[in-house]
Amino acid sequence: MGLIQIGRHDKDGTPDVVTTTIEKAVNWARKGSLWPMTFGLACCAIEMMAAVSSRYDMDRYGAGVFRASPRQSDLMIVAGTVCRRMAPVIRKIYDQMPEPKYVIAMGSCATSGNIYDSYSVVQGVDRFVPVDIYVPGCPPTPEALFDGILKLQERIMQKRVFLRQPEQVRPGYKV
Amino acid sequence: MSLPYVLSQLQNAFPVGLTKIVEWRGELAVTVPRERLHEVAQFLHDDPAMDFDYIVHVSSVDWPDDDERFEVVYEFYSIKKRQRIRLKTRTPESDCIVDSLTDLWKGADFMEREVYDMMGIRFRNHPDLRRILMPDDYTEGYPLRKDFPLRGKGWRDTFEFLDETAR
Repeated sequence: MGLIQIGRHDKDGTPDVVTTTIEKAVNWARKGSLWPMTFGLACCAIEMMAAVSSRYDMDRYGAGVFRASPRQSDLMIVAGTVCRRMAPVIRKIYDQMPEPKYVIAMGSCATSGNIYDSYSVVQGVDRFVPVDIYVPGCPPTPEALFDGILKLQERIMQKRVFLRQPEQVRPGYKV
Repeated sequence: MSLPYVLSQLQNAFPVGLTKIVEWRGELAVTVPRERLHEVAQFLHDDPAMDFDYIVHVSSVDWPDDDERFEVVYEFYSIKKRQRIRLKTRTPESDCIVDSLTDLWKGADFMEREVYDMMGIRFRNHPDLRRILMPDDYTEGYPLRKDFPLRGKGWRDTFEFLDETAR
């Protein structure tokens, strides 16, 4: 992965020296221990539950420890239709998560509102929280969610650890 | 107890009060003027031959071209007699209020609140007539009315809480 380079000791040639950067090591640790928070809002949550359970086993990617508290999690998987009345709750929970934190918009509804072009449905959760990965599907299969998690892990590896990164929120607009 | 029996009992009790009676595929729907709504409902609830003890649903219909624009639809069921009836009433937009049936069926409480929230029909003598689905401070009107824009009036794209949490 280009993460580490293995060096050899001068005397007997055994590979016992590892060189890397702190940034890469920290990112490697972070990507391998994602603690998702349950934010199932609709049918996507069923696929998310299936992804965690034994048949698919999301724990293989180090992302299987679902927490019910934002204080203990660093990945919010918004799975389902986001109603406008739920929006301040999602934002509050996002703000309660400790840094570094990531957001996956799972499914068409969380991504864009899907077919629900109505007065009460937010047209994409990225209107009020910064989204790292969008997973398409209605609902996405567990495999699709895993693809999103793997993509997120690739992105985490590219993050700068010691620099604060700006929050990207697509501003809401008036119709 | 059969459906014609329910209808005949109802017609005996209210020889002039029922404006429209529709029997279709084993379902009985009775329309009453809103002034008679409560007494007809009370008869359905209290009369031992009727005994409609369960309120299934309260809903509403918007007929934008009619003089009496809104229709409130009550569905009752008798658990003991296994009989259903649908009770309808109409109300104009200018005086958009009908009698609440919460004194007869406690279960009408939340369902009437939903009708009020979505369609803007008020219920006289309702114990706690507040919005139930939309927030209390929602100001765009009543979303299920036919003249309400499908995408609302901007509320879904307004995130005032972002200003509070802005860093």
